[in-house]
Amino acid sequence: MKGLLRLRGFFAFALLVAALPLLFPDNYFVTVVGVTIGFNVVLAVGLNLFIGYAGQISLGHAAFFGMGAYASAILTTRYGWSPWPAMGVGLVLVYLIATLISRPILKLKGHYLAMATLGFGIIVNIIMIETVEWTGGPDGMSGIPGLEIFGWAVDSDLRWYAVMAVVMLATIWLSLNIIDSRAGRALRAVHGSEVAAQTLGVDTAYTKSQIFVFAACLASLAGSLFAHQQNFISPVSFNFFFSIELVTMVVLGGLASTFGAVFGAIVLTLLPQVLVVFEDYEVLILGAILMSIMIFLPQGLFVGLVRGGKALARRLFPGLSAAAARSGAGS
Amino acid sequence: MSLLEVRELEKSFGGVAAISDLSFTVPEGQVYAVIGPNGAGKTTLFNMLSGVYVPSDGAIEFAGASLVGLPPHRVAERGIARTFQNLQVFFNMTVLENVMVGCHLRSHIGLFRAALRPPGVVREERRVRDWALQALAFCGLEKLADRPADALPYGELKRIEIARALAAKPRLLLMDEPAAGLNDTETVELRHLVRRICDSGVTVLLVEHNMGLVMEVSDTVLVLDYGSKLAEGTTREVQNDPKVVAAYLGGEVQYAVK
Repeated sequence: MKGLLRLRGFFAFALLVAALPLLFPDNYFVTVVGVTIGFNVVLAVGLNLFIGYAGQISLGHAAFFGMGAYASAILTTRYGWSPWPAMGVGLVLVYLIATLISRPILKLKGHYLAMATLGFGIIVNIIMIETVEWTGGPDGMSGIPGLEIFGWAVDSDLRWYAVMAVVMLATIWLSLNIIDSRAGRALRAVHGSEVAAQTLGVDTAYTKSQIFVFAACLASLAGSLFAHQQNFISPVSFNFFFSIELVTMVVLGGLASTFGAVFGAIVLTLLPQVLVVFEDYEVLILGAILMSIMIFLPQGLFVGLVRGGKALARRLFPGLSAAAARSGAGS
Repeated sequence: MSLLEVRELEKSFGGVAAISDLSFTVPEGQVYAVIGPNGAGKTTLFNMLSGVYVPSDGAIEFAGASLVGLPPHRVAERGIARTFQNLQVFFNMTVLENVMVGCHLRSHIGLFRAALRPPGVVREERRVRDWALQALAFCGLEKLADRPADALPYGELKRIEIARALAAKPRLLLMDEPAAGLNDTETVELRHLVRRICDSGVTVLLVEHNMGLVMEVSDTVLVLDYGSKLAEGTTREVQNDPKVVAAYLGGEVQYAVK
């Protein structure tokens, strides 16, 4: 019972995700943009564990997304593998590379860590562009096969929506579980005070490296799925700007909040689509909105709105405040 | 029986000796206080004992095994916990979660099992929560369990650090100026708390400037000056030691006023 209460936000969100395609089965924003949102949520929730909870920074997260995508694309189109083992090899590859670079990179802090991850992301992107005989270079790779799950071909927008909904909800569930555990508290302790965490027995170097690798593996899986969903990939999807966009999603929604990252991913995916009506001014208006949010809700859109809502509820219904404060502690 | 033995310990920073030729022994079950003027090397000593600094030379033996060269989290595994002079509370967590981090070494479930949350994880979580609540109750903080740590006054934050350290079930607790910044009532409460910690079987190594507290609570006092031992003995012996009086040069009066 208590476990269910802990996940009430999760179930509410799952209900919404399930209801949307039933209510709007032909809506472009649901079945097409919705799938993109799914990818971005998986990436942002993973990255939030590393940035929001562990208090680190990565400006190269798109690289792992790209590695998963290219591993799947190369193995399926050039070597005729079927998608699942290709995805598995991509995952193992990313696991190894992330583990290998994590220890030296994570000795750095703050700006230096930002620089190192930025460099890593750029190097990986350059390799994607330059190794033309493998990756097709800047033109990318096409003809990547679709996905089949036990004979069920994922061959329509609506079916991809279903797949990404499950993957996205699974990621959110994993993230919520991690945060509310010994490992999650260790992460937050690293953020709160690294020296205090160490003196309580937390191996902080291992903790940081482990969550970095975990987020990288999530990104790799998302990348493989992305390749099969798009059937075409090119280096532009995994460049420096996308890494920055992912960080923006995490910060915009609210650091150290899983649903903050979810919300940030949704808003930052939807906004450009909606702002298309402003044509030439689209990017200007997007920038202005992002700046305003960070100025007026520095703790992030989701966290800020939730806190504001609670404060408003307390003012309107003073009797409820005690109960609300108790039940709200675990979010 | 001695729990902690320090022999000929040295630490210098860029040629400046912060600790030189320091030897002392902390018997198990005592409150052992380290005092000395500012800059005498007390916090440097603490940082070496908890693995934050590596000594330049000398030996630190805890329960018969050397601690030199161990990183802080390995020192913690041996049964040493500490509090900090400048607060190191996890302000991004609730009071209870802060103390639950203290149970890190008493629980075992790693990231991947936690992510899937099988029933074993839920059971361990419940156990850790109970341990943390016990440690909070021991420090009189159980009512604050669900409060975010960043919304609490200084005196309570200092006690949270103590509860968090005790949750690790240490054999030795290092307390770095626990009374600094506390008012008189809080200092009296702290004195009782230190005594109860010691009575519960935890040896306490105390660095403190508040002489009233040190003299009332300690079994043995070590006086440091310029990084070396000036005197060691019972509170009475130390108070009557002419070398100590000279080193403080009326400093006693200043502390009394403070």
